[in-house]
Amino acid sequence: MMLKFRSILYKWNSKSKSAFVGSSQSLHNNHGFSFSRVPTSPSFCTASDIQYDVVIVGAGPAGLSAAIRLKQMCSERNTNLSVCVLEKGAQVGDHIISGNVFEPRALNELLPQWKKQEPPITTPVTSDKFWFLTKARAISLPSPFNNQGNYVISLSQLVRWLGAKAEELGVEIYPGFAASELLYDANNKVIGVGTNDMGISKDGSKRENFQRGVEIKGRITLLAEGCRGSLSEKIMKKYNLRERGGAEHQTYALGIKEVWEIDEEKHQPGAVIHTLGWPLDHKTYGGSFLYHMKDKQISIGLVVALNYQNPFMNPYEEFQKLKHHPAIKPFLEGGTVIQYGARTLNEGGFQSIPYPVFPGGAIIGCSAGFLNVPKIKGTHTAMKSGMLAAEVAFGAINEGLDMNMYWDALRNSWIWEELRKSRNYRPAFEYGLIPGLAVSGLEHYIFKGRHPFTLKHGKPDHEATNAAQLHSPIQYPKADGVLSFDVPTSLHRSNTNHEHDQPPHLRLRDPKIPELVNLPVYAAPESRYCPARVYEYVADEQNQMKLQINAQNCLHCKACDIKDPKQNIEWTVPEGGGGPGYTVM
Amino acid sequence: MKIMVGIKRVVDYAVKIRVKGDKTGVVTENVKMSMNPFCEIALEEALRLREYGLASEVVAVSVGPSQCLDTLRTALAMGADRGIHVHSTSSLFPLSVAKILTHLVLFEKPSLLFLGKQAIDDDCNQTGQIIAGLLNWPQATFASKVLLHKDKQVVTVDREVDDGIETLSLNLPAVITTDLRLNQPRYATLPNIMKAKSKPVNKFTLEEFNLQIKSDLEILQVTEPPKRKPGVLVASVDDLIHKLKHDANVI
Repeated sequence: MMLKFRSILYKWNSKSKSAFVGSSQSLHNNHGFSFSRVPTSPSFCTASDIQYDVVIVGAGPAGLSAAIRLKQMCSERNTNLSVCVLEKGAQVGDHIISGNVFEPRALNELLPQWKKQEPPITTPVTSDKFWFLTKARAISLPSPFNNQGNYVISLSQLVRWLGAKAEELGVEIYPGFAASELLYDANNKVIGVGTNDMGISKDGSKRENFQRGVEIKGRITLLAEGCRGSLSEKIMKKYNLRERGGAEHQTYALGIKEVWEIDEEKHQPGAVIHTLGWPLDHKTYGGSFLYHMKDKQISIGLVVALNYQNPFMNPYEEFQKLKHHPAIKPFLEGGTVIQYGARTLNEGGFQSIPYPVFPGGAIIGCSAGFLNVPKIKGTHTAMKSGMLAAEVAFGAINEGLDMNMYWDALRNSWIWEELRKSRNYRPAFEYGLIPGLAVSGLEHYIFKGRHPFTLKHGKPDHEATNAAQLHSPIQYPKADGVLSFDVPTSLHRSNTNHEHDQPPHLRLRDPKIPELVNLPVYAAPESRYCPARVYEYVADEQNQMKLQINAQNCLHCKACDIKDPKQNIEWTVPEGGGGPGYTVM
Repeated sequence: MKIMVGIKRVVDYAVKIRVKGDKTGVVTENVKMSMNPFCEIALEEALRLREYGLASEVVAVSVGPSQCLDTLRTALAMGADRGIHVHSTSSLFPLSVAKILTHLVLFEKPSLLFLGKQAIDDDCNQTGQIIAGLLNWPQATFASKVLLHKDKQVVTVDREVDDGIETLSLNLPAVITTDLRLNQPRYATLPNIMKAKSKPVNKFTLEEFNLQIKSDLEILQVTEPPKRKPGVLVASVDDLIHKLKHDANVI
């Protein structure tokens, strides 16, 4: 099987660093050949104005639902709006990863006939188990979830299907293009986005196939980048959107997941299992999931809240431990791993919803943060938020409505009601696992969110990490290659690739901090929480440990952007088309 | 002067391949497919020749199921002027593809046919050579440098061969298959992708060509290569000799 051939090509061609190199550069005139310089790109330079009515960043559930809703309203009211969706993954669905037990509430509203349209939603939930794990046992508890009417799906596949539906309605989707900056007019109103320059080499010089990024202007720009979206974070800071919405900081968890193909006899389509407890300790919020999809495939994963305190904690290794549990192992024995991936998710819930409107657009989906933590579902609320934003955007363009009505629309919708009811589950776990469970029990059976108080979050995730001297290193067992694996093996299964000859997209705000702070004070937590082994400390010639950033491995999970103690690591978007290649996640 | 480029849709090079349970092939369902990297290089070379003013039209051709249209659209987005899709859902081996492309060449009459040297799924490295034979055209495979002369009657090609670089001079029309170091394919820019939507793609079926393609090859089985076994440390030279004699059976 071919390896990354382009990276080999670059290494060999390193002698020709100038911007314009044709294969026929060093030729001899006595053949009568007239050589002219390779033009950069034939028709690009005149493409100064790419203008759409609505530009959506991110082809995920929220972005595509918004796009579909816009086109639906166009045909309802007999008008037309041009809608463009930009997606940094090489294909729609490539960067989509989620549990996923899907609640079709929003889909029922968006596409009422979805069942007849051959969606990849074919496995209804058939059983719902909830286990408390100790090292050796699994204690059955009453399930706090009600998954009647829900489906076990691959969100990546569902998003691909939504993408096809959107294109059928006339939405233009451009995968492989990363929106790297917001464009503003003279009044600081967002007028669109700019995509990355492509073809810049690691040292910053232009490669042979350099292409300048394009500006895509929109009358309205919707940011649907998923959890901790890079543009969304920038705009929230610029316009103080959290304060404006009376919101606390966002809190996060890191989810690490594999899809396995298992023995037919062990496979129960629609079976849903959630666990709490081992391998995580009482101070660390999180749990695991095991969902049976179709075709003998199961999704298994561990979600760890990123406000963990022990800097020696390694969520990836905890996940590998989990798979060896006597109650989990039997499912996996005899099976093979098909795909691996990881992504952070929002846990701030109701308390962390920012004001989602900015001059020129709005933030939808997980970039704002509508995940229902006790239900562990965010797809349906993300989709609904996209639909609401689309309806207001349509009115804003056609009838001069104020985009700020999106905030009102959200507060009048079932998203608000649902998130408000479930607001006190997660914060209760600040006091520990048992108090958290106790409060959850009370909430679930008695209060259902009907009390006047709202619990607050603890410290922001990056501030929660203790200094390394307060903890001792954790010895994790070696991977056995059958149930548990090392990071490079897992990473290979994520189909991750980036053009290697590009500037690293993980930027250090202060390049000295890793060696001055992260390593001595916190024992380099980034070398442990990153599920792709991007961050490694390697000894240089003077035997000093230096941070090495293997940006090519990046899964775009955003854990580093969230958890770095000094918030020194900034995740920026790499060249479009790079990143993981999820197909069944 | 018209240049035709053959394009193949293959499993993306970054994807981890899995063998199907029934061992009839690899899993292609829900797997990312892209243009064969060598075909990208072939297309890039054709586009450059057009940009130098030496060709007037670049036609991209693909044979396969309807999803080939996506790959052709990528070719158009990179800059090809039009596309031709020959629809076929059966498994196609190099001889069959060569016969189809030969028919197209006789119909379109390009002066140059560019192909990638091989596809990364089957690694056959045959199609270009077979077409040259069927058409009785000169061929230069593993091209690492292509110089088309201003008179457009002769092309000089450097080939990467085991001994080093071999330089051939070919009279047009000719078949050239491209190797890795020929060029660096361009990115399809957003404006070009948008423009590509309006470029024409002609679709044909095999019946329209009056071609009967029956394959002389049948895939019996596809299996994964055996897992690499761990090495064994030996304690002494005698131990090594003993193992080589009795366990490995090589002495």
